[in-house]
Order: sequence, then structure tokens, then C-alpha cells
Amino acid sequence: MMKDAFPRGGTAIVGTATFGIGEAPGFSNFDLAAHASIRALAAAGLRPRDVDGLFVVVMDEALAALNFADYLGIQPRFTDNCRSGGSSFQIQASIAALALAAGQCDVALIAYGSNQRSAAGKLVSSTSRPSPWETPYRPLRPISQYALAAARHMHQYGTTKEQLGEVALAARKWAQLNPEAFVRDELTLEQYLSARPISDPLNARDCCLVTDGAAAVVMVRADRARDLCARPAYLLGAAAETTHREMSSMADLTVTGVARAAQRAFAQAHIRPGDVDVVELYDAFTINTILFLEDMDFCPKGEGGRFICGGAIAPGGRLPVNTNGGGLSCVHPGMYGLFTMVEAARQIAGVCGQRQVPKVDIAIAQGNGGELSSEAVLVLGSEATL
Amino acid sequence: MSSELSPNLRPEEDFFRFLGEGRFMLQRSRESGRFIFYPRVAEPLTGSTDLEWVEASGRGTVYSTTVVRQKPPTPNYNVALIDLEEGPRLMSRVDGVAPETVRIGMSVKAKIIRENERPLLVFEPA
Repeated sequence: MMKDAFPRGGTAIVGTATFGIGEAPGFSNFDLAAHASIRALAAAGLRPRDVDGLFVVVMDEALAALNFADYLGIQPRFTDNCRSGGSSFQIQASIAALALAAGQCDVALIAYGSNQRSAAGKLVSSTSRPSPWETPYRPLRPISQYALAAARHMHQYGTTKEQLGEVALAARKWAQLNPEAFVRDELTLEQYLSARPISDPLNARDCCLVTDGAAAVVMVRADRARDLCARPAYLLGAAAETTHREMSSMADLTVTGVARAAQRAFAQAHIRPGDVDVVELYDAFTINTILFLEDMDFCPKGEGGRFICGGAIAPGGRLPVNTNGGGLSCVHPGMYGLFTMVEAARQIAGVCGQRQVPKVDIAIAQGNGGELSSEAVLVLGSEATL
Repeated sequence: MSSELSPNLRPEEDFFRFLGEGRFMLQRSRESGRFIFYPRVAEPLTGSTDLEWVEASGRGTVYSTTVVRQKPPTPNYNVALIDLEEGPRLMSRVDGVAPETVRIGMSVKAKIIRENERPLLVFEPA
């Protein structure tokens, strides 16, 4: 096998934006994505006409990148419409890094928008055929699939409901420091434990929000990054792993594709978990945070529940995780992956106000698609890490 | 035992036809002896098309379980992943006991019922 030649530090995020987080009635998915895109480009002194690499996906339009090129009035020479679920954006960033490095494009725009809360009031699933092997049993897709993983983790490692609750509480505490977060009111362990049960062991407070929202990220080659951005977030590593589609095909429900993806991304970036200053994970459900921290080797497998206890990942804790409030308390418009990239880049840029973690040089932005099916890990670094 | 080789094999259609006849059938590769689920036209990884249908023992163990909570008076129900004695894992439901009492590691036995005018594979405590 050829050596992994990912271009460490060869590209950087030079512009980010979010738009319409929470409720943004009256906009289409593409209106929202356009608002975020224009802002992200403007942050780098660019306009839509400068984009020649377009990376777009939305929940309910299979050919979204075509629609969005049309919307922006551009004719990109590199177009990608990745559909791996919520990890699409991390995978798009890795494709963009390779395309930029190979001169296939000069300015890459990754964009996403969703009006699911205003338009439907619930999770709008992507256009997948219902599984003949799962659907007859009526799992609440995707909640029950994550519940099965949580139940197995609790059985195998003694993880407790209170520990899942700590994840939700930490996310809420971060959200309270983020004016953009959709849910910022107080959440106590008692309130968490008495929330409406949905699919055991998960209750309503274990599940991500249903919101509107859009995000966009602009990437260029490193040699141009400092001209466009004061503090770019350089892409040091990017790796993904697909493990299954049917939940019954996931070999071990306590080990996700993050384990191998992170190993490869960290190796590309020449870093170890101890070097990481801030971690942005795809917390669609509380169990995700525990699984992904273990799989990234921040703690041994099975120790995640104990690792996050005592406010360890909350503001002021030993490892800042999901500093925007995450999918649990900030924003979750169907797919959340791009928002972890925006928050990681913002932490490196040092523009996070009250929730800013001091001196962020290395930030992780992870994406999760399907039901723990597709995992992708980006390692972003400040100029000091080059 | 019935055997049907590709390309005549229609994996999903055949599985449910067998189930409708009261038979829970699994595919097995003649060469590797490995059982697979869900049904396919070729064995995963090897691509072998020497698959034959074999009657499953029906014996299994609960790998994981969840209770889907409903608004009363609609009853809650169970969703489980079952590890079959033959090796494969599948999604199903454990009937015959309260959904809350289904435990990981519980021994279960397959049963074919009809639900929504279709045959359905479920499990009961062994």
C-alpha cells in the first residue's frame, strides 16, 4: 500500500460563517446556505464568482451542488455532492484539500443549509429507501439505533444514565456562553433525568435539537491563506471510515469508525491526543461524545463515562468539548458536521468571545453520518503548528 | 434444505417467501461455510456466489435492546439486536415478555408471526 500522502498544512480554512441558527422561517435550504456562503466568502474578501470548487449537500435535494452552483451563478470546475450523512462536510474538506493541492481548484466553498424546523418541525431524513431488515421492527430511526449503542456501552462498561446526563449538562453550559446557541436555559441533572423517555436508555435530553441553520467554510491553499485571513485554520489531517449502514452490520456497537479515522488523521497531522486544545464532536446523542472521545484515545475504551464526569468537558474542565453547545444545545439542522468545522476554525481564530478557549493551536472537528456509520475526523491547526 | 445459486437468487424476495412458508432461512457460502445476513447475491469480502439457503436453528442471544416509548395507552415495544447461533446478527424484537424486561445476554428463540399482512421474524425468551 502507498504511504498516506495527505498534504499536511497544505490548505487552510480562511473564512467561516453561520446563518439562521435556531429558527429562520421563510427561507429555502439554498437561501440559508447562500446567506452563510456570502458571509464566509466576505470574511476572506471573496465573492461567489471567485469560487471554482463547490462542495454542497442538503437533506432533501439529491443534486444539491448543481442547484447551488446555479443559485450562486457560478460554473465551478470542481463539484462535489458527498452524501455520507453528517460526516459529508469533513469528507468534502479532505477532498477539497486534495483538489486544491492538485490545482483542480483554487477556492473551495463548503456549504450547507436547512430549514427543517420551520418547514417540517422534525428531522427531515435524507432520501433513503427504508431498510427491509429494520423498518418492520419500527425503530425510531435514528434514535433507537443510538439507543442500542448506548445500552450496549452501559452493559459492557458500566456507563450510567447520570454520565450520559453529564454530556448534556456540559453542552448546555457551553451553550450558555454562546449567544448564537438555540437553547441556553438552565439544565439540571434532575431535569435531565426526568425528561420524556424516547428509546431507552435515551430520553429527550439525550437527543440533539431540531433547528434551522446554515454554515459555510472557505478553503484555499496555504500559500494564499495569510493574504485572506489573519488567523487561518490549517488542515493538518483528514481521514474517514465507513463501517456499516444496517445497525446489525456494526461489528461492535461500542467502537466506531472514529477509532481508525482518528488514528490516521492524527498520524497525518503528527499529533497525539495530548496535543489537542479543543474538540468539536458530532453529538447527535449524548452517547456519541463518550464513544468518540474513547475512539480518539482521550481515554481507554469503556472509560468515557468516567472520563467526562465532574465537569471535565464543560467550561473550565480539563478538555473543552463542543464549545458552541453542540448539536445538543446549539444547533442541529438535520446534519451538523459543518458546524463542528466552523467552531474549530473559530476557536483557532480566537473569535469565540466568552466561550473562547485560551491559546488554541490544535482543534478537532469530527463528523458522524448515518447511525455511527460514517465517521470523519479533521485536525485543524494554527500557523504555529506548521 | 433448499439450494438456489446465483444468478437465480433474489435475496430479499426469497428470504420473505421462505418466511411466508414458515421457514427462517439463512444464506451460507459452500466454500467458507460462513453464514451471512442480510441476504445478498454474494458473500461479503470474498464475493463468492456459492450461496445456499439453509434453515436457521432459530437460537440466538440478545446483543442489545431498547424500549421504544409510546404515548399511553399505546403500548411500548421492544427493538433488539440478536446474535444468531450461526454467527450473523440481525435486528428484531423480543415478544412474549414486557419490553422493559428484555436483557442483553438473554437466550432467545425465533418465531415467525404475521404483522401488517406480512410474515415477520421475531424472538421469544428460550
